[in-house]
Amino acid sequence: MTLVVSNLTIDHGAIRAINNVSFQVATGQLTAIIGANGAGKTTLLRSLSGLKESKSGSATWNGDSILGRKSEDLARSGIMHVSDGKSVIAELTVKENLALTGLWRKDKKDVAKATEEVIELFPILGERLSQTSGSLSGGERQMLAIGRALIARPKLLLLDEPSLGLAPLIVEQIFQTIKSFVAKMNLTVVLVEQNAMGALKIADEGVVLNLGTAVASDSAKNLLNDPAVRAAYLGF
Amino acid sequence: MLEFFTAVLTSLSTGAIYALMSTALVLVWRSTRVINFAQAGQAVLSTYIGYEVTTRSGSYWIGFIGAVLSGAIIGAGIDRFFMRPIFKRVKSGPIVMIAPVVATLGLLGIIQAIVGFVWGLNYLTIAAPVSTEGLKVFGSVIAFSPFNLMVLISVTLSMILLTILFQKTNLGLALRASAYSPEIAKLSGIKVEAIRTIGWALAGAAGGLAGMLYVPGSYLYPNSMEVLLVFGFIAAVIGGLDSLFGAVAGAMILGFAINFSTTYISYKLVFPTAFVILILVLLIKPGGVFSSKKGRKD
Repeated sequence: MTLVVSNLTIDHGAIRAINNVSFQVATGQLTAIIGANGAGKTTLLRSLSGLKESKSGSATWNGDSILGRKSEDLARSGIMHVSDGKSVIAELTVKENLALTGLWRKDKKDVAKATEEVIELFPILGERLSQTSGSLSGGERQMLAIGRALIARPKLLLLDEPSLGLAPLIVEQIFQTIKSFVAKMNLTVVLVEQNAMGALKIADEGVVLNLGTAVASDSAKNLLNDPAVRAAYLGF
Repeated sequence: MLEFFTAVLTSLSTGAIYALMSTALVLVWRSTRVINFAQAGQAVLSTYIGYEVTTRSGSYWIGFIGAVLSGAIIGAGIDRFFMRPIFKRVKSGPIVMIAPVVATLGLLGIIQAIVGFVWGLNYLTIAAPVSTEGLKVFGSVIAFSPFNLMVLISVTLSMILLTILFQKTNLGLALRASAYSPEIAKLSGIKVEAIRTIGWALAGAAGGLAGMLYVPGSYLYPNSMEVLLVFGFIAAVIGGLDSLFGAVAGAMILGFAINFSTTYISYKLVFPTAFVILILVLLIKPGGVFSSKKGRKD
């Protein structure tokens, strides 16, 4: 299974948010999409999960077009989008948030098993099950949002800025956790990040977005060593 | 003492009927962000259907089921075939916030016209299944009848059922998630549009129920539910518009305020009391009397 994005163009009102962007993500690979605030990263991800209409171009997952489909159908077919920041429903408890992705799944036994696995991955969630999600810390909310997505047993995971607003120590922890479960579950991942260094360290491939255009696309290792990328996005 | 006791009981039973309308308005507001003026039309249409079924079957209870079921079907139908296309058509521009509300107002007029056309502009009534004569307490008749008691019990039962549905079932979780955050619900694989239609169906059923409990003590006319819409709306605003608990509590506050001011001050105070409370709430606690500083983030 491969995610193939070709010549994707997305408008945001009168502004061209994504301009003719192409990239591929092979099964089990993690591709980091890095770029400054306003580069169009979030818009790109939203179009892949049906939240945003695209203007032209195509995106296929496993050969099937995913553009213009309903978010809930994409979610049910294994494409899980963890939207920007700490996307949990604050009014619901931790347990209820986790239950959302299991509501429509037929295999309730596996839902229970997946939930256990998520609590094993993020033990703090297990301690806070009956708390309202609004009372969680930023890092805990991020874990909850990711955990909720994993309970659906996704094949393709779209992660939008998991490090946003988190303390450096927590960021490191989140990135390491992502790296570990991605390998274990054989997930294909598109990780959108402003924290280019953290993202490229755990990624296989990387795409650098600047004002909606892909300005570099290479293996994460090469991008980390590319002087131009280092200067512009890694800060040294 | 007896006067006070009677005022409490009538407050509860009128508050109960307002609670059905405020709950219906809140159910739609939470899921759709629309104040549904057509609620009065939906309620009156399903009550006319309840009237028709009652007359033909000779049983209030069969009519009662007919009103509640048809209320649910009408509510679901309006969302599916009227509101959904409007939301698809009107996506941007200054009209986007107001168009759906105006549409419900137009729908109210259309439904009332249809009802008038079908059943005529006559005052009809539905006979209550139990006595509407005031109970006798210590030799004097009070303004609280067995039917008022039935109203109170029916509404309490439906609120308990609704609470169980929302708090204890998977459908309830989907309803709450879709109301709080449609985007996260969708991304979690929940069919938010279908869930919203179920919310409209529940609201419609509450309207049918309100009609069947209101009409035996009053009368049935194409616009006879408008007054309940007004009180239901005020009650919903008192409760903060977003909360089902607030809708019921707001209705009780309104029921007590109206009955006590009319009992102890003047019978003319029904509407002034309601509107003074509305204005006070909007001035002092616009988020509803139970709102905390946190509130909901939308």
